[in-house]
Order: sequence, then structure tokens, then C-alpha cells
Amino acid sequence: MSGIDEVKDTDVIELHPMYMLRWEESEQAHILLYPEGIVKLNSSAGEILKRFVGGRLVAEVVAELSALCPDEDIAADILVFLEIANDKGWTRRKAAQA
Amino acid sequence: MTKDGPVARPLRLDGQGKPLWLVCELTYKCPLKCPWCNNPLEFGSIRNELSTEEWKRVLRESRALGSLQLGFTGGEPLVRNDLEELVAEADGLGFYTNLITSTVGLNAERLARLKAAGLKQIQVSLQSHDATTTNTLVGAPVHDHKVAMIREIKAQGFPVVLNIPVVRQNIAHTIAYLELALDLGVDYVEFANVQYYNWALVNRDELMPTLDELRESEAAINAFRARVGKRMTVYFVIPDYFNGRPKACMNGWGSIIMTIAPDGLALPCQEARILKGLDFPSVRDHSVEWIWKDSPAFKAYRGDDWMKEPCRSCDEKEKDFGGCRCQAYLLTGDAANPDPACSKSPFHHKIDQAIVEAHRPQRNSRPLVMRQAGAAS
Repeated sequence: MSGIDEVKDTDVIELHPMYMLRWEESEQAHILLYPEGIVKLNSSAGEILKRFVGGRLVAEVVAELSALCPDEDIAADILVFLEIANDKGWTRRKAAQA
Repeated sequence: MTKDGPVARPLRLDGQGKPLWLVCELTYKCPLKCPWCNNPLEFGSIRNELSTEEWKRVLRESRALGSLQLGFTGGEPLVRNDLEELVAEADGLGFYTNLITSTVGLNAERLARLKAAGLKQIQVSLQSHDATTTNTLVGAPVHDHKVAMIREIKAQGFPVVLNIPVVRQNIAHTIAYLELALDLGVDYVEFANVQYYNWALVNRDELMPTLDELRESEAAINAFRARVGKRMTVYFVIPDYFNGRPKACMNGWGSIIMTIAPDGLALPCQEARILKGLDFPSVRDHSVEWIWKDSPAFKAYRGDDWMKEPCRSCDEKEKDFGGCRCQAYLLTGDAANPDPACSKSPFHHKIDQAIVEAHRPQRNSRPLVMRQAGAAS
């Protein structure tokens, strides 16, 4: 995936404030709503993204989700997903805070 | 306003049979006189708008069917004093609420009330970076107000889609317009190709840009995109008249979009009430569920059973659904005909003729017929 900005454990990522993420009962899925668009997320994407609403350290979320799936090595998959999400504009690096 | 928004995009959605997108035309009243307006020519004689309670029932029933995106439009939706109340109802139901507006009737206080009611996004029409052009095109001195309101909307934290109807009168302004949009901090700019129905069809010869102008505009937009990157998203497509292929109108008839007109008529698209011979149901007489799932009007062109040749056996029918039924009706007299915008359509010469006529050097230009009650029929 050339051209995509690499995401690191030490990054703080947030859901882009233009996007609204919520559980939609009728779809049995998390959905992203934004101006003139709807994205239905699969369960892993939903589980990852909902943790970044308002901004979180990537390492924290990786640890949290890894604890939920102790038999799998999901860290790399999470980073790849975040790179895609950043590229699509769903998420972004949060500016460093004092 | 032109609202080919979500539809003209290279976007495909499988709604799984749900009306994901609900468009509420709250009123046909509007203080502007845009000569490309997609409202019916006879808008002045269509009265009896739905009441607040009737709209709320439409919102509840649509949401129960799985609607997610909601556009409040018109006319000018700000004309309705119950807009805040309807936004609050929709937000409470879980809709993502969009307001599609000229901003006429908006001020900072009302905007704050809409924000508090849960409004998520605002689409503003702005016709040019240049005040004289805007004011002339819409028939009212509103340019400065619009620009001030766009700044206020951004200041109050809304995502903004800026919508420019692409016409001969403003197409040369592409770069200056994008620079203004960037300065205003809007999130999306949509170059909306005017769709030639209703008022726009009356004024087609005067409004239609040339292919050369469109290509120049496209090149300018591409250069701008490369320079600006992700700060602003710019939508532009070559219009169907020049593209050789029809637009995937409405993502297919009765597929994901449902429009409710001010008087409660339920329409598969905002232009559909021009189609004679289809009996469009009213939300006053029927449930939204029956209308969407079972009404003959919504089933008329759903799927592909209705298609004629060459659409029926076309390998692109899943991509464009045979184009636009309203355009087929207006230009050929039968909505089931292939959209003349398609070069495979036996009626494609109608499009070619229209382009030639609009750009014939000897043609006498006529004043634009501005949208006013009784001005055209």
C-alpha cells in the first residue's frame, strides 16, 4: 500500500469529527455516517473504530483488543486497518496536546 | 438547487431493499428564483404542505424501515418555522440530519438552535465567487449573506458541503470559486451538473456549458486537488449529456432513496412527479412501509424487468440501471425507454441535437426564465 502513511503504536488517533459512528440495530452493525455517505462496518472494524472516538493512543487500543483475543496476534492487523481508515479520512492523527 | 449529489457519484450502495436515504422537501416556497430549480413548474399551485405532526410520522415510519440519511430540502427549508422541531425529532430517531439550504433565512441564533436540535451537516448552494454573478443567477442580492453564513456555519462546527450548479454563466470561475471555498474552510465542494428537468429544461439552451468548458474546468479541478490534497474534497463529473453513458440515477428506481414532496406525495426521485401515468401515493393516505414496499409507483421501474432493449441485454445495466426515467420521459415520451444520454440509446440523437442547438453560434440568446409562480408551464 504505497503512499499510505504508516501508523505506529505511539500515535494518537481519533475518529474524524466529521464522522458519526454508532451502532445501528437494523443493520446489526456499527455504521459511519457523514455528509452524503454511509459506511457499514464489519465487526472488527467497528470494534476498533469505536475505541478511537475522541482520540486514543494506538498502543492502548492494541493492548485492549489483544486482551479480548488472546489466541490471535492482531496487532499488525489493527495498524493496517488504521492506515486504511486514515487514508479514507475516517480517522486522523490527533494533534499533540500539552 | 440541483441535487444530483449522492446519486451522480461513482457510489454504489446495496440498500438491501431499505430506503437508506430519505429526502424531505419541506416546502416549495423559496425566496430565490434560480432558473435551474428542480421544483415543478407549477409549484405555485401545489399547496397543502404537510403539518409538523405529519412530517414527524413520516420520519418515524421511515426510520423504522431502516432510513439513515435524511436531507431536509425544498424550496428553502428554512421557510418552515418548525425546522428545528423536525431536526430534533429526526436526531432523536437516529437519523444523520442534513440541511440543504441557500442560507436565506438563517442567522447565527437560528443556526445555534439547529445545532442544539442535533443537525449534523449543512449543504449550501453558492453560485459563484463573484457577488454580481451569484445575485444575477439567483435573482436576489444574497451573495454576501451566503458567504457570511458559510463562515458562521463553519465557526459553529458543522461540516459543510458547498454546492455549485455548473452552468455556462459560472463555469469560467472554477479556480476562483475553489479558492474561495478553501478560504471559507468548507469540507466538500460539489460541482453539481444541472439536470435538465423542470426549470432547467426551460432554460437549457442558456445554461448548458460546452464540452470544452467542462474539460477546462475539470483540468483546473484536478490541478487544485493535487495541490490541496485532503483538506477539501472536490466532486466533479462530466455530465451525462457529454459522457456517452447515463448517470446511475437514484442508484436505481426505488432502490435506496425516497423523496417526500411538500404535499406528502412520495416520489422515487425529486423530479418524478413530472411522469404522467404513474399514480404517486401520498403519505396522507398510506403508510411509508406500503409506499416503499408495495406501491405500484415505487415498483414501476425497480429492478430490470421493465427495461427495453438495448438496456435489457446491456452488460452495463447493473452499473447505470438504464439511466434516468425522467429524462427518458421528457425527451422520448416514455419513461421505460433507454435514457437518451446513453450513446447506445436509439434516442441519443435528441441529446446531440440539444447540444448543437444550445451552442449554435447564430442562436439568439433569450433571457433566463427565472423561477416564479406562473412564469412557465
